[in-house]
Amino acid sequence: MRRPPSLRPVSDSEGTGTDVTAEEDVPPDYPGARPPDRLRTVDSGGIAIQVHEWGEEAAPPILLTHGGFDFARTFSVFAPLLAAGGLRAVAWDQRGHGDSQHAPLYSWDADVRDAVAVLDSIGSDPIPVLGHSKGGNLMLQLADACPHRVSYLVNFDGLPGNWAAPDVSDHERSRMREEEIRNWLDRRRRAADASRRPGTLSELARRRADMNPRLSFEWLRYLAGVGARRDPDGWRWKIDPTLRMGGFGPWRPDWALHRLSALGMPLLGIVGLQAEQMGMGVTPESIAAYLPPAARLVAFEDTGHFLHIEQPERAAALVLEALT
Amino acid sequence: MSGPTMLRHVRVELALHHLRDGDGHPLLLLHGLGERSPSSVPSWASAWAGPVHALDFTGHGQSTVPAGGGYTAEALMGDADAALAHLGPATILGRGLGAYIALLTAGARPDLVRGAVLADGPGLAGGGSSPGSPYVIRLDPATPSPPDPFVMAELSRDVRPPDYAVAFVFQAVNRSELADPIVVSATTRPDWLRAVVESPGVRRMSTAEGLALYAGTGA
Repeated sequence: MRRPPSLRPVSDSEGTGTDVTAEEDVPPDYPGARPPDRLRTVDSGGIAIQVHEWGEEAAPPILLTHGGFDFARTFSVFAPLLAAGGLRAVAWDQRGHGDSQHAPLYSWDADVRDAVAVLDSIGSDPIPVLGHSKGGNLMLQLADACPHRVSYLVNFDGLPGNWAAPDVSDHERSRMREEEIRNWLDRRRRAADASRRPGTLSELARRRADMNPRLSFEWLRYLAGVGARRDPDGWRWKIDPTLRMGGFGPWRPDWALHRLSALGMPLLGIVGLQAEQMGMGVTPESIAAYLPPAARLVAFEDTGHFLHIEQPERAAALVLEALT
Repeated sequence: MSGPTMLRHVRVELALHHLRDGDGHPLLLLHGLGERSPSSVPSWASAWAGPVHALDFTGHGQSTVPAGGGYTAEALMGDADAALAHLGPATILGRGLGAYIALLTAGARPDLVRGAVLADGPGLAGGGSSPGSPYVIRLDPATPSPPDPFVMAELSRDVRPPDYAVAFVFQAVNRSELADPIVVSATTRPDWLRAVVESPGVRRMSTAEGLALYAGTGA
């Protein structure tokens, strides 16, 4: 994942500028967004994972996995469209995100394990799984490790790309990595007392616009209403304050590319062609050689990374067409 | 000796054992995978003149066994960094998994690590140079007790690419005040360690010789 821009201070001139304190305390609605029909938690090795479901409980299920620093309710418009199309959409909050428990430890493998715990709570038959961004990569690893659990893989702008930043010199890359590691350790030294900055819903929405520059203020303010909690001193995003973007580790993009080539189940991939900071920078041309035989790749021209939020109807129609 | 000092690392309490007083800068012992800190200074470190401390990694010894796993070598590097935050500049002697963590820490905190000795011990190899066949580890320890089954499973499978390890050697060599900030005494050489041994600034010698090399490097 690329690093997002640093979180700059929010000036009062940004956003609507019409904050009214009383209104600020009421989580707003958003056209087409609907709370889940059912909420439940799943235990994954002692970590409570929050599950949000839309649609009839007896309908064919599909697992929805959000991206990094997102949460299940980012599917609040998209999932009801799948439900309307006859599916049971089961979304889950990754550990430390949304309403899932803040964990002592975080890792890619632990996220995949939590996903299997959620799958187990649905049944033992293979089902379609969908992931956006980091969630897409997680579901790719899940499909590779547990092919008996996945009947269809849907990937929203989360296909592995080449993130090696070839335009950066070795010297510069090494300096960036040194800084990244030092900052990571420095932050962990302070993290025991970390908490997120409080604010009004509009302030939280404006801060999030740094990560989601293409999404409307109204959507981001809606997200704040479901992704933040009301503390006495203001609203705070629920995500674990010890989590941070970026990172380093013994990881190579080509490992995930080889996972992709190995898949035996059908794959529907949708990429947004408008490059943005949180995106993976994957194009149909860059990924074509790695797609498994039973793959369909669709590109949304005028759409960014959060394609299920920018174009929920179009994305849902493609998924329903593929699965039903 | 009184009980360990408990150090906070995000949501984990780490046990740092003070094994012995001494004159000079401290020696920090990092145990191998599944081990715990020794209760007294081991014979192979007995020549060290300074104080000797030993850290129980997350999920080991008297440190927290957290719920739900999620172990990474980088998180354990954070454990070692928590000990350095408490001790100040120290020489590190790591066994097995602790040797790998000692290397990462030496690269990440070249100003605080006065030499790292990488010794044989459990968990030296990890999961090899590239990912093996995929597998999702499912464990449900009813009453987790150290060593955490998750740490045994996850840090015997974590990938340790040679160039990743060498990047930490470069950082240590480029920014440490020591000419040779890494000593390898381990005779077992998984791919990552073979690449480390062949890097400039890395010496091959016995553990005792390595400790002697770093004994006079205090501030």
